[in-house]
Amino acid sequence: MRLKYPSSIKIIRVPCTGKVDLLHVLRAFEKGADGVYVVGCEEGSCQYTKGNFRARKRIEQAQNILDTIGIGGERAQMYNLSSGEGTRFAQFAIEMEERIQKLGPNPIKLAHNKSAA
Amino acid sequence: MIVADKKPIQEIIETVKHCEKILVLGCNECVTVCEAGGKKEVGILSSALRMYFLNQGKEMKIDEITLERQCDHEYLDEIRDVADQYDAIVSLACGVGVQFTAEKYPSMPVYPGVNTCFLGATEKRGLWTERCQACGSCILATTGGICPVSRCAKRVMNGPCGGSSKGKCEISKDVDCAWQLIIDRLKAIGRLEDYEKVQPIKDWSTDRAGGPRRVVREDVQL
Repeated sequence: MRLKYPSSIKIIRVPCTGKVDLLHVLRAFEKGADGVYVVGCEEGSCQYTKGNFRARKRIEQAQNILDTIGIGGERAQMYNLSSGEGTRFAQFAIEMEERIQKLGPNPIKLAHNKSAA
Repeated sequence: MIVADKKPIQEIIETVKHCEKILVLGCNECVTVCEAGGKKEVGILSSALRMYFLNQGKEMKIDEITLERQCDHEYLDEIRDVADQYDAIVSLACGVGVQFTAEKYPSMPVYPGVNTCFLGATEKRGLWTERCQACGSCILATTGGICPVSRCAKRVMNGPCGGSSKGKCEISKDVDCAWQLIIDRLKAIGRLEDYEKVQPIKDWSTDRAGGPRRVVREDVQL
């Protein structure tokens, strides 16, 4: 479809969002990621039945933890779409990028840079 | 199994914030099954703590080890060489594990990372309920496999009390009347005549009420 989405987004493909674990999300933030979002299939259409529900629960857990430790739970998000909806994929990417721009850089990344300097 | 629940991260932060290096020690048994203190939870807690302290401008060294159990000498021995490198150990095992670790490494502060709740089972993922109170003289043979000590609010030994109503206990509509369950079960297994027998006064000397207990098996001691 040749739609544009921000280049700051790196895609990691998984066979099902059910494969994404809470630890993957937390470690990403630990290593300095400004935001992590998971794009899964439409609820009810997961070919492994519950994979996208598991991912949603894990993102919610991540949001709680990130809120408690002061990083901000809005940096982790879950989106659902059908694999035919290219336009929505681009839309989510743009929306997420705008959200993260507003929240600013990950304070962990700044702390890492300070100690490396 | 022993059912435990995660301690709020804020509480753990308060206990370890004065440390520079900590070891988060998990357990591969009960706390893994109730998703509170296994290898995965060790990873999650360590990651969260690292990020919190970095955000506060403090780089805390947090190591992660998960032992098979923390209630056996042979498994606690595995950290013998590294234990003294830390300012504190946060143990995600049940209360038994935390204490045993502290006894084995007496010069090391050992802090609990979970709240130990009860002896229970997994009814379904995310739901654990109490089944046993370790009274020391099990009467399940006469009650169709349902325990009136742990499941009856009043621990009555002979039949429901006057507060049993529509199969529910008077303390809450969410609590089943244990004796209703016992009668239904005895009927189902065809042993209702056990219900008619008046049980003798229970020997409570084996219960915790009499003080800390011990089990000695001289037949296995070398």
